[in-house]
Amino acid sequence: MSFDRTLEKLKILADAAKYDVSCSSSGSKRANTNKGLGDATGMGICHSYTEDGRCVSLLKILLTNHCIFDCAYCVTRKSNDVKRAAFKVQEVVDLTINFYRRNYIEGLFLSSGIFKSADYTMERLVAVAKKLRLEENFNGYIHLKSIPGASDELMREAGLYADRLSVNIEIPTKSGLKLLAPDKNFEDFIKPMEKVKNEIIQYKSEKKIIKSTPKYAPAGQSTQMIVGASGENDFQILKTAEHYYKSYNLKRVYYSGYVPISLDDRLPKIGTEVPMLRENRLYQSDWLTRFYGFQTNEIVNLNHQNLDLDIDPKLSWALRNLHEFPVDVNKADKRMLARIPGVGMKSVNKILMARRFRRLNWDHLKKIGIAFNRAQYFLVCDSNLFERRDLTAEKLKATILKNSNSKYDKLLSPQLNLFS
Amino acid sequence: MTGKTLIYDGSFEGFLSCVFYIFEYKLTDVTIQNEFVVQNGLFSENETIATDTKKADRVWKGLKQKASTISSTKIYYAFLSEQLGVENILLNYIQYIFNNTKKVDTDFTQPSVLNTSQIAKNVSREKHRMEAFVRFKLTKDNIYFANIEPDFNVLPLISKHFKSRYADQKWVIYDIKRNYGLFYDLETLEMMQMEFPKNFDFSKTDTNFFADEEFEFQKLWQNYFKSTNITERKNMKLHIRHVPKRYWKYLSEKQP
Repeated sequence: MSFDRTLEKLKILADAAKYDVSCSSSGSKRANTNKGLGDATGMGICHSYTEDGRCVSLLKILLTNHCIFDCAYCVTRKSNDVKRAAFKVQEVVDLTINFYRRNYIEGLFLSSGIFKSADYTMERLVAVAKKLRLEENFNGYIHLKSIPGASDELMREAGLYADRLSVNIEIPTKSGLKLLAPDKNFEDFIKPMEKVKNEIIQYKSEKKIIKSTPKYAPAGQSTQMIVGASGENDFQILKTAEHYYKSYNLKRVYYSGYVPISLDDRLPKIGTEVPMLRENRLYQSDWLTRFYGFQTNEIVNLNHQNLDLDIDPKLSWALRNLHEFPVDVNKADKRMLARIPGVGMKSVNKILMARRFRRLNWDHLKKIGIAFNRAQYFLVCDSNLFERRDLTAEKLKATILKNSNSKYDKLLSPQLNLFS
Repeated sequence: MTGKTLIYDGSFEGFLSCVFYIFEYKLTDVTIQNEFVVQNGLFSENETIATDTKKADRVWKGLKQKASTISSTKIYYAFLSEQLGVENILLNYIQYIFNNTKKVDTDFTQPSVLNTSQIAKNVSREKHRMEAFVRFKLTKDNIYFANIEPDFNVLPLISKHFKSRYADQKWVIYDIKRNYGLFYDLETLEMMQMEFPKNFDFSKTDTNFFADEEFEFQKLWQNYFKSTNITERKNMKLHIRHVPKRYWKYLSEKQP
C-alpha cells in the first residue's frame, strides 16, 4: 500500500462521509469463528469521540466521492467543486484490517457517491465486504450503505456479508425530496429497503428449519433524515420515523441536524446555526417511543407539532397531562413509573426491585439516582414531602426551569447554554 | 481492646477467606484490610488471614445460592475497584445477604447494596473504556502491544473480550500501574510480568521497538480522526466527558 496516496484519499473520503451520523456497531451476532479476526457479538464500542462529541466506532468512509447526482444538501453533489478521489477495493480492506488489529475500530461503515450507475457502485461495496469476510476471515462489524436503485440481486448479496444495511432517505417528505434532489426517485429509496426487509423475514423463517442458513444482515437496517434543511416540523419528522420503524422493521432512525455546506438558495445559508438542540430533542423522543412505551402521537400531534426546545419531551408530555399525576412510586406499574419526569429506565428497574422490601421514601429515591428537581412535582412516596400546591402547567414549567441549575442543563443537553 | 483488623493478601480469594473466618468465629466489630494498604488502628488488633481457596469457594458458592448472578458479579467488580475500605462495604453486603432468609441482594434501600452496585458500575464503566481505549502498537517481534493505566484493576475483566476478538494475532496488554499484563500467544492467555528498559516512554512509539509500518498506520488513524470531525459542531465539553483527559496520553489519535 502506498501510504502517502492512501493518506490523501482517506482525508478526502472520510471528510465526505462524516455527515452520515450512524455509528452503531451493536446488535449483530457474528462471533469469531475458526480463529479469525474480530467478533461482533455483544454491545458496540465507541473507540474514540470526535471533537464534536460524536462516537467513533467504525471506519466511516466513502468508496468514492465522484457522483452522478446533484442533491443540493450533499457535499459530494456533482456540481460541488471539491477534490475527488476513489479507493481501490484492496485499500479499504487493508485499512479496515489494520485499524481493527490496533483496536481503533469495531469495523467498517462503507458508503459511496454514485459513479456510473447504482449497480456498478453497489457491486464494489459488496466486493469489499466479501473480501473482508472470505479472504481475511474478518468477523468485525460491516455496515454497507445501500445505493438507491441497486438491483435486488446485489441487495441480497450485500446482506450476506454485511451486519447492517441502510439507505438514507435524508428528506422526510416527497415534496422536499423533489425540491432538493430532483434526480432522485422516492421509490428508489424504498425498493432496497423493502428487499432487505423481506430477506430478513425470509432468513428468520428459513433459520427455523435449516440451522445453517447463512446470516442475513443480522443487525438489521437503519436510515437517516436531515433535520432543518427542508422545512419539515417535528410532527412530520417523527411520524415519518414511526412509519419506517413500523413498515420496514428498522432498527434505528437517525436524525442529522443540517450543517449548511451549500450556497444554494433552497437551503439555509452557510453560517446558519446547526440545529443541534432540536436534533437532541428528536433523539430523546425517539428514545421515548423505543424504550419508554410512548406512542408518537403522545409526543407530537396536530395540536403540538413541534418539540419544546427548553424542556425535554417527557416533561413536556407530563405538563400536558397533569391529570395522570402524581404517580405513587410504591404502587404504580412500570409503564407509569417510566413516565415520571426525571426518572430514567435504570431507576425504574431499581424502584421495582427495591420496593419489594419496603415502602420507598424520598431518601431512597434520591439515593437511587432520580432527578429530584423534576420528579418531585410528579410523584408521591412514603414521605410527607411533596408538592401540595395545585400548580398550573405554566407555573410548574417556570419553577422547574428556574430550579434547574447549570449542571442540569449540561446533563440534558450541552447546547442549552446557547440560549441561557 | 476494641475491634479487630483482618489482614489479607489482596486477592479476591483472600478477601473471601476473611469473610469465612468472620462467619466461623462470629466476629463483630471487624474490618478487613489489604496487606499493601494496612493502616494500624490505634486500639485494634491485627490478624493475618491466610488465603484458603476451599473456604473462599464455600463463601462464593453460598453467595450464589442466596444472590443472583448479577449481584455476585457486582461484588467481584466492586472488589476490583481497590477502593480504600471497599472490603468492609462488601462484608456488610455479604452479611446482609447471609443473615436474611429471604433473597435481599436487590434491596437498594440498604446502603451496602446500593454502594456495592454503584462502585461496581464505576468499575464496569472503566472496563468498557479499556475495551475501547486500548491502542495496540505492532512491535518488531510482530506482537501487538498496548499499555494501560486504569484507575481500577480491570485487566481480569477484559481478558475474555480481547481473546475472542484478537484470536489470530499475538498481543500483550500491560497494566503499568500494577505491573502485570496479559499475553496471548495464539494458543493461550497468560498473566505475565515484564521488565522494561529504563526511561522507556509508554506514550511514545520508539523506532527501536516498533515496526516501521506502525508509524504509517498511526498517521493514517490520526488523520482519519481529524477528517471525520465536523468543526461546525465542535463541542469540547462533550468530547472530554466521553474521553477523559487522563486517558489521552496513550491514545494514538491524541498524540501530537
